Amino acid sequence: MNVLTYWFHKLGSPPVFDRLARVLAPWCYGLALVLGAIALYGGLALAPADYQQGDAYRIIFIHVPAAWMSLFAYIFMAVNAFIALVWRIKLSEVLAMASAPTGAAFTFITLVTGSLWGKPMWGTWWTWDARLTSELVLLFLYLGVIGLYHAIEDRRQAARAAGFLALVGVVNLPIVHFSVNWWNTLHQGSTVRLLGPSKIDAAMLWPLLLMALATHLWFFGTLLARTRNGLLEIDGGKDWARSIVLASQPGAAGAATERSHV
Amino acid sequence: MTPTRKRRLIIISLVLAAVAVAAGLTVLALQQNMTYLYSPSEVEAGEAPTGARFRLGGVVLEHSIKRADDSLQVDFIVTDRFHQMPVKYTGILPDLFREGQSIVASGSVEDGRFVATEVLAKHDETYMPKEVADAIAKAKDTHAAEPGGSH
Repeated sequence: MNVLTYWFHKLGSPPVFDRLARVLAPWCYGLALVLGAIALYGGLALAPADYQQGDAYRIIFIHVPAAWMSLFAYIFMAVNAFIALVWRIKLSEVLAMASAPTGAAFTFITLVTGSLWGKPMWGTWWTWDARLTSELVLLFLYLGVIGLYHAIEDRRQAARAAGFLALVGVVNLPIVHFSVNWWNTLHQGSTVRLLGPSKIDAAMLWPLLLMALATHLWFFGTLLARTRNGLLEIDGGKDWARSIVLASQPGAAGAATERSHV
Repeated sequence: MTPTRKRRLIIISLVLAAVAVAAGLTVLALQQNMTYLYSPSEVEAGEAPTGARFRLGGVVLEHSIKRADDSLQVDFIVTDRFHQMPVKYTGILPDLFREGQSIVASGSVEDGRFVATEVLAKHDETYMPKEVADAIAKAKDTHAAEPGGSH
């Protein structure tokens, strides 16, 4: 077994992941809050006003990072669902299901901030153009995955069924991304591009990218915390889970010993 | 890879491929039906539904906005720089509405004129400070003022 597969297998084991996540999660949250605050200050105070939209464009610093995360969280969920379905790795099942609520939250933020931005600039809260509609479908996909996961009693079966739905929903991702190119939409095209120059001034770009980094960190913070919970729930009867719960709650340890006396 | 995992991998890949093909065909089929807006040229060519509501998209022609004195009625011309379409609208316009701005108006054609019930402003994906926009406009003007400047 080479080093890479060794670490892959080691990380896949719930107790090792739990120990790692316990250390990393606070760092993710902390860095996300600090970077997010800097990005917010940069976007709301330092960045210049837009030539066309004035100060109203500043909602971009929330809207666009949230929209990126709504897609990123789905890709992350789908990749883990795929691994869970083929290799039946317990950690992947939990990771896939743990990314759904945060992804749904980011999708909801995208829709709400887009609506708030649309009213003054476009003149409407909502319109059924391809970009807005496919993003709404994305929210429904997230809610469907979460709903299906909680509708089935057995946690592992539930994760695989919901993971399958998540995988099928992947077809919506290119539609969300390319909708502004494929159809005539009210929504404008992509501003920040991986290939070719971005269509945003450098003074406005850095807070946007910094906020994107902060939202990614926040996503991984919630992911680690939620995955720890999920693993403890599934492995509740196992020794490693019992020892962690008992160690974190001195009262519970006392209660357990008391119960053993009765 | 064990035979079971291989079988699962093949089944899931096949299902995903089937879903992708289905989605691709749906998108292709919707390409014609899912037109959010029609340009004045398309309306001219008779591609827009006659007598029914549709969305008209284009740029507000410069110096074409006429506001009524006693009501909220606005008359303007929407152009795609090939054909023009006169538009009538009564109501409050979005902040970004002005000459040279892309707009999307929904309504229907009555007597060769587009009567809009809603006018939305479309903006592009470019964001820059006002000074930069002014500098670009100024550079364009000086370039245009010097005939043969490109030689």
